[in-house]
Amino acid sequence: MKNRSLSFWLFLTPTLVALALVVFIPVIEGLFYSFTDWDGLTYTKMVGFQNYIQLFHDKAFINAFWFTVGFVIVTVILLNVIGLGLALLVTQKFKGSNFLRTVFFMPNMIGGLILGFIWQFIFTQGFSALGDALHMSWLQNWLTNETTGFWGLVIVTVWQMSGYIMIIYIAYLQNIPNEVIEAAEIDGASAWQRFTKITFPMIAPAFTVCMFLTLSNGFKIYDQNLSLTNGGPYHSTQMLAMDIVNTAYNSSNFALSEAKAMIFFLIVAAISLLQVFYNRKREVDL
Amino acid sequence: MSKNSRKALGIFGFIIGILWLFPFYLIVTNSFKTPKGIFASVLSLPVNSTTDNYVNSFKALDFMASLTHSLIITVASVIVIILGSSMGAYALQRNKSKLSGGLLMLFISAMLIPFQSVMIPLTANFGGVHFLNMWGLVVMYLGFDCSLSIFLYQGTLSSIPLAMDEAAEMEGASRWQIFYKVIFPMLSPMTVTVAILNIIAIWNDYLLPSLVLPQTQYTIPLQMFNFFGQYTKQWHLALAGITISILPVILFYLIAQKWIIKGVTDGAVK
Repeated sequence: MKNRSLSFWLFLTPTLVALALVVFIPVIEGLFYSFTDWDGLTYTKMVGFQNYIQLFHDKAFINAFWFTVGFVIVTVILLNVIGLGLALLVTQKFKGSNFLRTVFFMPNMIGGLILGFIWQFIFTQGFSALGDALHMSWLQNWLTNETTGFWGLVIVTVWQMSGYIMIIYIAYLQNIPNEVIEAAEIDGASAWQRFTKITFPMIAPAFTVCMFLTLSNGFKIYDQNLSLTNGGPYHSTQMLAMDIVNTAYNSSNFALSEAKAMIFFLIVAAISLLQVFYNRKREVDL
Repeated sequence: MSKNSRKALGIFGFIIGILWLFPFYLIVTNSFKTPKGIFASVLSLPVNSTTDNYVNSFKALDFMASLTHSLIITVASVIVIILGSSMGAYALQRNKSKLSGGLLMLFISAMLIPFQSVMIPLTANFGGVHFLNMWGLVVMYLGFDCSLSIFLYQGTLSSIPLAMDEAAEMEGASRWQIFYKVIFPMLSPMTVTVAILNIIAIWNDYLLPSLVLPQTQYTIPLQMFNFFGQYTKQWHLALAGITISILPVILFYLIAQKWIIKGVTDGAVK
């Protein structure tokens, strides 16, 4: 198809129009409004970088930033360790391993909003019942302070996404030729040696994929945050995405919200570009 | 692996599996209890089990209406995304110019932009032309989700030889006929993947529809959020509501598991 041919453009019209209307026009408007005193409907003047200066003094935003960073670090580690662990488990040949695969992936089908509600019940009612039964006081009063809110969010995310990460590791594990493992076994390599010397290096690409998936997902989480803790108590468990939404719709500070959203954009884009860069480098190395 | 260690592994896996399913156990068993029953014991099986919770929450959730809205929005969006993205990817892949490469980059770069950066102007613009409803939402999903879909289709298209197009062209087929009769059927494995990924994402989406839909068109997650707000601490109703809401997804998963796993793998790895 030629550039000037009508069919080339006709084929592209639906997606190009939608992309422009839904993503590019709004993001340009948003960038512009972040330099004004916009109230969601109109603006009276340009304010330069005032919104950007303000957000660095905005306690809620700074808190949300560090809370999110902590959350991302913990979940990236846990998801990859547990996801890989589950993948190694279900790729062994034993009765029921296929069924387990189904079970581990199941939470991933349920949306974040409903997952948060499910776990709200478990943390507030289930944990306290378990705490009574086992005489463990640390199981009481979950979600009522920042620490248990943080770990609550971590647990929900791990329960939801481990199965997803497992699926990706399985795809790479299945690509390892059986002969290689068998040859090592014949040469007398122990299970641990086979894992560290063969399996692990051969699934290194999966590690990069999963690293970045969990990284960018972690930064963007909103639904679970809303339904599990709603940012409480006192905004202490509010993550970046939620802080941006609340700045707009609860505080009606639309210009500031846009400025925060642009910083958020930079963070998320930087992570994704880093991934592209890493993948390129890896492909060159091979 | 020896027989014993295989058995040990099986037992270990079984325990982890139970642990993984435990949240579902708690939700389902407690959804059959009275408020007193939940208060008395969360962990046990229901003693005087009741189905009243289901009858009441089914009504309070207006479940048939929200299920219908969820179905219409998901199906319509996924069809539009499949058609739009496969056509777009076809045009981009069969044109080797710089312009086409640039357009592909444009689509891919849109994936970097988080929703929060476009959310306010987007809803203001659509509201300005009275399109804050289901159909406006379908257009938005096309805009947000076409990038990944085009990217996935593009990869598959590069493995379909140009000779296919040329042979059809020799027989006098128009560009649209070539695409519709020859190319699109060959894309079906990728179409399944694109459909699965978008079904899961759109069905479960909360934030965008909550900003776009009027209350008369609420989907399951939106209705669930409202419902939860009204019945805080009335766990017997809330849990029955949760169980009803997740039932369609779980059924879909158990039926289409093979394709779902393949779709999710393709979407992440490619």
